[in-house]
Amino acid sequence: MPAFDVAAIRAQFPILSREVHGKPLVYLDNAATAHKPLAVLDASRRYYEEINANIHRGTHHLSQLATIAHEEARLTVARHLNSPTPDEIIFTSGTTDSINLVASILGRAGRLKPGDEILLSHLEHHSNIVPWQMLCERSGATLHVIPVHDDGTLDLPAFHRLLTERTRVLALTHISNAFGTVNPVRELVAAAKQVGALTLLDGAQAAPHLPIDVQDLDVDFYAFSGHKVYAPTGIGVLYGRYKILDSLPPWRGGGEMIKKVSFSGTTYNNLPFRYEAGTPNIEGAIGLAAALDWINRIGLDALHQHEQSLIRQAAAALSALDGLRLYGPSDRAASLSFNIDGIHHYDLGTLLDQMGIAVRTGHHCCQPLMERFGVTGTIRASFAAYNTTDEVIQLAAAVKKAAAMLR
Amino acid sequence: MTIAETQQQLLEELSLFHDWTERYEYVIGLGKHLAPMPGELQTRDRLIEGCQSQVWLDASCQDGRMHYLADSDSLITKGMIALFVRVLDRQTPDDVLTADMSFVDQTGLKEHLAPTRANALNLMATQMKQRALEFAGK
Repeated sequence: MPAFDVAAIRAQFPILSREVHGKPLVYLDNAATAHKPLAVLDASRRYYEEINANIHRGTHHLSQLATIAHEEARLTVARHLNSPTPDEIIFTSGTTDSINLVASILGRAGRLKPGDEILLSHLEHHSNIVPWQMLCERSGATLHVIPVHDDGTLDLPAFHRLLTERTRVLALTHISNAFGTVNPVRELVAAAKQVGALTLLDGAQAAPHLPIDVQDLDVDFYAFSGHKVYAPTGIGVLYGRYKILDSLPPWRGGGEMIKKVSFSGTTYNNLPFRYEAGTPNIEGAIGLAAALDWINRIGLDALHQHEQSLIRQAAAALSALDGLRLYGPSDRAASLSFNIDGIHHYDLGTLLDQMGIAVRTGHHCCQPLMERFGVTGTIRASFAAYNTTDEVIQLAAAVKKAAAMLR
Repeated sequence: MTIAETQQQLLEELSLFHDWTERYEYVIGLGKHLAPMPGELQTRDRLIEGCQSQVWLDASCQDGRMHYLADSDSLITKGMIALFVRVLDRQTPDDVLTADMSFVDQTGLKEHLAPTRANALNLMATQMKQRALEFAGK
C-alpha cells in the first residue's frame, strides 16, 4: 500500500468538487454522514444496470445473480467484522434499526423482568437510549447510566459499581458521536460478561474509523450504519452472536423470514433471514460491501492515522482562539466538539456555512449529555478520509472570522 | 412612518451591502441593538420554539399601538426578529394584521438561512400578527 494519498482519495468523491454559497465545499460533517466514493456509486449503479432482481427463491438468472451479490456482501461484512459466520450478520436499515431490533426481541422473549437493569452511559446517542427506555416500559426493568467525567470519558469506578448481577444488558457507544470519546469497550464488555449481562456496542461512529473485530471484543451485538462508512443510506448491520440470536424470537413478520406459512401457524426461517422480513435493501448491501472493500484497500490503520492527525491539528488551531472551549478527551477520535464563550452554536454554524464549511451544530441527538455539560449544543467538526490539513486551517480561520462578527 | 415605508427603508439599507458578510454584520448589529426584553418576561408562555434557538416574544397594546419586545439566545435570530420589530412596533393592530411580510423575501437574507431558520422566521411573523389580533378592532 502506498503512502496515504489524500489528493487521490479526494478525486474519487465527485461531490467534493462542488461549491456551496460560491465557495469550495469544506465538508466536516462526516459523523452525520460520509460522502460516497466512485467505487460505491459504481457498485450501486451496476447493480441496477446489470443484475436488478428480487433475491432468493427466484429461478431466473438475474435473481440468482442478485442473490449471489447480496450474500457475497454479507460475507464481506462478516469478514470485515471478523465474524465467524455470515449467519451472524443481519442487514438492517442502520444503527437505530439494529438497536431497536435487539431491544424488541429481548422484550418479546421476556428476557427482562421487573428488578432487572439495563446499563448504558451518559454519552449515548438517543438511538441507544430510547429503544432501551421502551424495553424498560414494557418489561419493568430499569435504566442505569454510567456517568462521565468533565473530560467526556466514562467514570469507570462508577461503571463497576453500577454493574451488578441485576444487570441484564450493557449497551454502550464505541465512540461518542458528540465528543469523540473512545470508550474502553473491550474491558467493559468483559466485565459485563462476568455478571452474565448481554452486551451491545453502538458502532455508528467507530466503524468508519477503527478495525472492528467482534471476536476480539467478545461482544454479543454490534451495530453500525452504512452511510457513515461511505456506503449508501438505508443499509446497516447488526452483528449478533449466533447462539443468542438463534434463541430469540423473530421481530417483523413477512416474506423471507419464514420457512412455511399456513393459517394454522408459521415456521420461521433460520438466521440470518429470520430477521430480514420483506425485500431487503439489495443495492444498499452491495454498496456497503463496495464501501468496506474500498476502506480496506486504503487500510483502516492508515485512514485512522490520517484522521487523528487532522483532529489534533484542528484541536490545536481552535484552542488558540479566544474563549474557545473544547469538549471530550485529548485522544478523541472522529469528532471534535467545541463552543465559544458567549456565542450561540447555531450562529457560528450559520456563518461557517456561508463560508462553505459544513459542520453540525446543536445537541447531536445527545440531549442528556448536553444537559450534563450545561449547554444547549456544540459545534462539531468531524473528519473523514478525504479531509485535508488545508481544510483544518480554513475551519480555524472561518471560526475566527465568525466569532469576530458575533462579538 | 407606515409599515410599507419602514419596509422600503430596510430594503434600501440592505441593498447597500454587496456580500453576505456585510449583510450578516448588519443583521447581527440589529440584534445587538434590539431593545432589551426584561428577564422576567422570558417565560415559557412567551417562548416560540425554533429548531436550534429559542425566541421569546411579548406583545402589548398601548394607546392603540402595538408594542413588541423580543429576545433570542441566537444573535442572528435576534437580528432577524429586530427587522420585524422595527417594521411592526408602534403600529396599530389593524395595520399589523394587514401588513405584507413578504418583504423579507426581497432582503436577500432568506436565501442565506437554513430552512429551519426560515421556518422559524415565518412562525415569528405569524405570532406577531396573532398577538395583534387580540387587540384589533378595539
